[in-house]
Amino acid sequence: MSSTRFFLLLLLFGSYTLAAQQRYFTKSASIVFDADGPLDDVEKIHAKSTTASCVVDVATGQMEWAVPIQSFRFENSLMEEHFNENYLESAKFPKATFKGTIQHPESVKWTTDGSYPVQVKGKLTIHGVTNDISTNGNILIKGAQIQASAAMKVALEDFRIKIPSVVGFKIAKEASVQIQASLETLKSSNS
Amino acid sequence: MKKYCLLILSLMLVVSTRVAAQEESLLDLLGQDEETQVVRNAFKSTRVINGQSTEMLREGVLDFRILHRFGPVNSGAYNFFGLDQASMRLGLDYGIRDYLSIGLGRSTAKKELDAFLKYRIKPQTTGARSFPVSLVWVSGITRNGLEDPFPGTTYAPSQRFGYYHELIIGRKFSEGFSLQLAPLLIHRNLVENYLSPNDMYAISLGGRLKLSKRIAFTWDYAYALNRIPQGISFNPLSVGLDIETGGHVFQLHFSNATGMNERAYVTDDNGDWAKGGVRFGFNLSRVFQVLGKNP
Repeated sequence: MSSTRFFLLLLLFGSYTLAAQQRYFTKSASIVFDADGPLDDVEKIHAKSTTASCVVDVATGQMEWAVPIQSFRFENSLMEEHFNENYLESAKFPKATFKGTIQHPESVKWTTDGSYPVQVKGKLTIHGVTNDISTNGNILIKGAQIQASAAMKVALEDFRIKIPSVVGFKIAKEASVQIQASLETLKSSNS
Repeated sequence: MKKYCLLILSLMLVVSTRVAAQEESLLDLLGQDEETQVVRNAFKSTRVINGQSTEMLREGVLDFRILHRFGPVNSGAYNFFGLDQASMRLGLDYGIRDYLSIGLGRSTAKKELDAFLKYRIKPQTTGARSFPVSLVWVSGITRNGLEDPFPGTTYAPSQRFGYYHELIIGRKFSEGFSLQLAPLLIHRNLVENYLSPNDMYAISLGGRLKLSKRIAFTWDYAYALNRIPQGISFNPLSVGLDIETGGHVFQLHFSNATGMNERAYVTDDNGDWAKGGVRFGFNLSRVFQVLGKNP
């Protein structure tokens, strides 16, 4: 075998293992949503989960998220029950997931401090319905800490979440969702 | 040599695509640490109909319960098939913890006061540590409040009291179907006659079949093991519909029992279903979040 070819092979190997290694993850991302309707009501439709998980692949910009529906906590227990039982049907659809890619992943310098605005495109699945979405987020790198955040609007109708007309004014047609995650390096066992 | 090299390259390509295929889900890299989840909402309410269900009030929730039982259907058109008469129980239940509730109620019948403590020993769970059934313990006390509860007899004040204990074993088999079995012990300090036992043992069977997201068919039966004499009084059987509308749960039902606490519906004389000795009734439950939890 000629030395150039061998070198090329080595390069192929090298880049391959490098790509497999550079991943970040969390199992405790927080997701907050607000679905307060136009009616000014004492009861706030506001819930938070702190057990969302996420894995980001640096080289490809691919990312995946998942959150158990039952992990959302409301101020009002009955609201939480209705959220699970009647609206999101968590027994049938236990998780909400997102699978997408960071556009221009090379623009984020993962080892350099800074704030990097990113655009993420992908498929969001809630209540068993998948929609293509695109949203803006931010990646903040400070020392060894990586903070990812994003905010978006989710139209309930798009995910076949039906709101009975009786409570139509209490619940917003679009829920505003905020995501906050602090990422750690994923030590992959197979690389 | 060239061929050999190409072979290696194509092999590597195959390997790398295979790896890519395996890693279809990045989240799989986090490993499978399945969580244990409590199975909730086996029933819409903390009562099946008359009997306690495996459902608990969540912490900080106050449940205001208004229960009505009308007269027997076989009392005829003159009494508007029982709707002219009504007997009721007003109650307040409160969730101290997700696994511990207390309740207080007062019934029209016998001006009876009742109080209970409900403790969930173990919830039904799925996931990493699954447990097939919910185990709930209920202990209660009742007090006959009539001016002269036992005419013609002398009695001590303590003899107005009755007690009950039950262990509820329930399982939510699917989203639509739940079933529970509960052995009961009821002790009355004073009974009507010497044939009636002071300690009555019973087994109750309650269930729910969901008809839609907000409507369910329910039933509730208690078989008393030592009801004496047999044939004069009947075991309580109730069938009903649970209708949920936002913060309210309406339970509409037909039952041969008038009593609305464990002492009353198991040991009191119940009507005969075969002869139309049943009554229409409803339970209305309105819950309030008294102590908020901050999400």
